[in-house]
Amino acid sequence: MTEHIFQLFEYAFFRNAIFAAILASVTCGIVGSYIVARRMVFISGGITHASFGGIGIAYFFGLNPVLGAAVFSVLSAIGIEYISGKTNVREDSAIGILWSLGMALGIIFVFMTPGYAPNLMSYLFGSILTVGKTDLWLMLGLSALIAGFFIRYYHLILFVAFDEDYARSHRISVNFLKYIIISLVALTIVMNIRVVGIILVISFLTIPQSAANLFTHNLKKMMILSTLIGIIGSLSGIYISYFLNIPSGATIIFVFVLIFGIAKSYQLLSIRAGIKRQVKSS
Amino acid sequence: MPEILQLIDASAGYNDDVILRNVNLTIFDQDYIGVIGPNGGGKTTLVKLILGLLKPMQGEVKYYASGNTNLIGYLPQVSQTDKNFPITVLEVVLSGLMSSKGKHARYNKSDKAKALNILQMMGVAHLRDKSIGQLSGGQMQRVFLGRAIISEPRLLILDEPNTFVDNKFEHDLYELLHQLNHKMAILMVSHDVGTITTHVKTIACVNRNLHYHKSNIITQSQLTAYNCPIQLITHGDVPHTVLGEHHHHHHD
Repeated sequence: MTEHIFQLFEYAFFRNAIFAAILASVTCGIVGSYIVARRMVFISGGITHASFGGIGIAYFFGLNPVLGAAVFSVLSAIGIEYISGKTNVREDSAIGILWSLGMALGIIFVFMTPGYAPNLMSYLFGSILTVGKTDLWLMLGLSALIAGFFIRYYHLILFVAFDEDYARSHRISVNFLKYIIISLVALTIVMNIRVVGIILVISFLTIPQSAANLFTHNLKKMMILSTLIGIIGSLSGIYISYFLNIPSGATIIFVFVLIFGIAKSYQLLSIRAGIKRQVKSS
Repeated sequence: MPEILQLIDASAGYNDDVILRNVNLTIFDQDYIGVIGPNGGGKTTLVKLILGLLKPMQGEVKYYASGNTNLIGYLPQVSQTDKNFPITVLEVVLSGLMSSKGKHARYNKSDKAKALNILQMMGVAHLRDKSIGQLSGGQMQRVFLGRAIISEPRLLILDEPNTFVDNKFEHDLYELLHQLNHKMAILMVSHDVGTITTHVKTIACVNRNLHYHKSNIITQSQLTAYNCPIQLITHGDVPHTVLGEHHHHHHD
């Protein structure tokens, strides 16, 4: 079995998958912690599904689908941020509209594209085993950009996310920062659609982070811990999916939920033990 | 006394809804102003206007700032903060230094020592590494007050500081504000008219308009004249409403 595990590394596709999983864990660990802390899970879901419109349009015009998704999701992300800044439209409704519009556009354009769209399923459900060199370079670049940005501006990002009005009262350009971050969120989503797919990418951005949040209430530690949980969960997911011959994206998410369940039970048990100890000592 | 800021014929509101009309107010160093008025009358709008969170629809807000230090420290309503947000107590206090640090904010040892000093002053230094959500209402208010004063602002604005807190904290708060008032002007919004009038120097009645009352003693009939329909509550053993009790007091 151990031999078998290491033999897999002789295959380029498998090495690529491992690198992709690690890079996805880094970007999702950082950006996802921000999303969970700011309660932007629904917004991120909207951006994810809106990006499908970009994939469809890119297919139709024979362009690179990842590029189409990137442009489309960054634009819709900025749109959502703009709408949520203006109070006239209810933000959740606006997100719901963009969410379904993206899916609808995607389906229509893919349908209109002559011939069969063979990779479509891989965008919906992810296919980490087909990640290529170009994808990896893009993911590496994005990871470096995101890690650099969040390390350099950590305190500013933290303070603005915690209390926007307070930051505004200190004359910080809150909106500018929010547009930059929401664009990074959109890019993170698009890059990781390759790994787990549109339908599951939101889990990669929220489950390891929620598990980490059970153990720490410090954003920096949450980012580091959720990256580690992401790496452990996605690597085990890849191995399990390989040996059981089941889809990798779904397996990774299943492992995440398993980790979250164990963490939550551990937390509940330790709270109960703590109460018992207190009752005994009093 | 030098001015800190001035509202000149300022109107403000949201979208097309004008909430405050033609407000004139000048705040000087050492002022201690209590802002009272009915709910929905524009107290919070006034605070947002002063803080620069709302642009005036008409008129202007003039700041007499010097250098890039923080002119205004702000204590928001506790209910507005997300209690599950992953941020530590020490970090919250550090965020009060945002304007002097600018966008390239890096916080060094001396900043942290300063923040810890403030926490000690507030009596909550032992909570420095707790997350903000683990604190009680009173402890949280102390931390936010620490954030508001760490930059040594010229004006301290408090929005309903006496909600959700215990009597002990309320007592400590007024004592602390009294001391702080030697170094900075204070503007305090409160629904508890009876209590604040014993601490402030002057009163601003806000109900769509602003009437400035240059004394901390106000009568029910003056409130009526200012179009400020709130009831005065005296604080005896049992709080009860007294209408027009101070009729003999001076009118401006």
